[in-house]
Amino acid sequence: MIEFNGVSFWFSEDETLIEKKGEVLHNVELVIPKGEFVVLMGRNGSGKSTLAKHCNGLLLPKKGTVIVDGKSTNQSEYLWDIRQKVGLVFQNPDNQIIATTVEEDVAFGPENLGVPQVEIRKRIDQALNIVGMSDFRKKEPHLLSGGQKQRVAIAGVLAMQPEYLVLDEATSMLDPEGRSEIMSLISQLRGSITIFHITHYIEEAVDADWVIIMDQGQIVAQGKPADIFNRRDQIYEWGLELPLVSETAWILQRRFPELFPSLPLKAEELVAALCSFV
Amino acid sequence: MFIRLENVYYSYFQHTPFEVQALKNVTLTIDRGESVGIIGRTGCGKSTLIQHFNALLFPTQGSVLIDGDQIQKKGSQLRGIRKKIGLVFQYPEHQIFEETVFGEVAFGPRNNGVSGESLEVTVKWALESVGLDYQELYRKNPFELSGGQMRRVAIASILSMRPEALILDEPTAGLDPEGKRLILGKLKKLREENGTTLILVSHSMDDLAMIAERIIVMDQGTIGLDGPVRQIFSQGEVLERYGIKPPTTAQIAELLRKKGFDIGEGILTAQELSEQIEEKILNGGCH
Repeated sequence: MIEFNGVSFWFSEDETLIEKKGEVLHNVELVIPKGEFVVLMGRNGSGKSTLAKHCNGLLLPKKGTVIVDGKSTNQSEYLWDIRQKVGLVFQNPDNQIIATTVEEDVAFGPENLGVPQVEIRKRIDQALNIVGMSDFRKKEPHLLSGGQKQRVAIAGVLAMQPEYLVLDEATSMLDPEGRSEIMSLISQLRGSITIFHITHYIEEAVDADWVIIMDQGQIVAQGKPADIFNRRDQIYEWGLELPLVSETAWILQRRFPELFPSLPLKAEELVAALCSFV
Repeated sequence: MFIRLENVYYSYFQHTPFEVQALKNVTLTIDRGESVGIIGRTGCGKSTLIQHFNALLFPTQGSVLIDGDQIQKKGSQLRGIRKKIGLVFQYPEHQIFEETVFGEVAFGPRNNGVSGESLEVTVKWALESVGLDYQELYRKNPFELSGGQMRRVAIASILSMRPEALILDEPTAGLDPEGKRLILGKLKKLREENGTTLILVSHSMDDLAMIAERIIVMDQGTIGLDGPVRQIFSQGEVLERYGIKPPTTAQIAELLRKKGFDIGEGILTAQELSEQIEEKILNGGCH
């Protein structure tokens, strides 16, 4: 479990060239339960990435605490453990790959953890197998597609055997094919590892166990996808939008109030509701 | 006939063992005022194609004509073409370099000799065209702005050349839905008010359904399909062969047709879809 207790954060003028005014995170209270698939959404600049970087102590709270399985990121003696437990994958696939072959890239993490060679071999095999990139192990990463690069980046994190996988807009620079590769990888990993996925695409949140919405550095809503996405007016106020399926249903609902007990999130649900109505 | 490509071939790394043919025998015409979406798998030649539209790339074979004039590698002609046809690259905010929003947006026209009051008018117009407040922003450092605002400043810095055509490579990539809606809305308005030709490369069929009237599907360096947006997006099975999923609305319409709802082809928006469904509900229609 990752807990945020009253976390506030701001970039002080000394630390960055860019002058940031005010708090980027304001008094965030949040729990990411172990084993769940949690999705975080919110407009550009709402503080999502800053929050993600708090999950493994890449950023430390200016106020409050972040506790990972009982250990606070504020205590530097725990950071090593915490970073092994919580793996982060970022937005740009080109900024995360460092080695000249796929397998060397995946080996980088466990090598730094001092894992014995034989064990590293095993972990590379497993990790590449999970992300479906075994055939590419000798390939040069720059020859891969965006989706493949992100899968390698995820394999690199998995090889460190983390318990939490934080995906910070890992799909946002990918084409639709790459995005669906990552989404099917998520559903495959689901259950075996805690997944905290940050995205703008509401379609990627409809299957989540839990959805969290951020705006202006604060958590403004959280709940099950169906509950959150039924709040249409607020969705737009938060700078998000409904899936076109739900939008269509919403228009119809004004005409036929009985049609949908709750707004459908997927095409199949919409069609099923229509068929039973007519 | 505004932009015309005739039998264009283009190869990267020509005359080396790494030669890749990115365009093969492409012939197409884009008229003034059109709104064209260019789609296709990653690596199909979309970006190579659009760089021919304003002479950033020259065909290895074949010719490109702008308003009937064949493009040659002559400085004087190229300057005119690039002023007439503006290209906004992917993630254009990465190319911002001036210290103020004004300086950034004024850079192009200044180089073309615009100055004083008319420069100010131009910058103001460009910023307002993308929905940014001139008074509030012109003195600001662009790097202090949000991602969506920076994207719009970058687009404004091309618009300030007052191009007749605007080519945009993935203009909404990485933006939140609100930023995306805003940019698409402003581009639409720009076209309505100024007759600006729009050419958009996008992976988002939902975006294109909102803004494009014509769709060109690229496939392995050639034109796979080219036609009106409704016609192209109603060919679900054909599109899938090109690695493209039709817009969400078209997918729902297809599902409903399979269930016996007699929904028409070529549906683009949620509004259109819901109207058709409403009509079918009133007449009864599931089997």
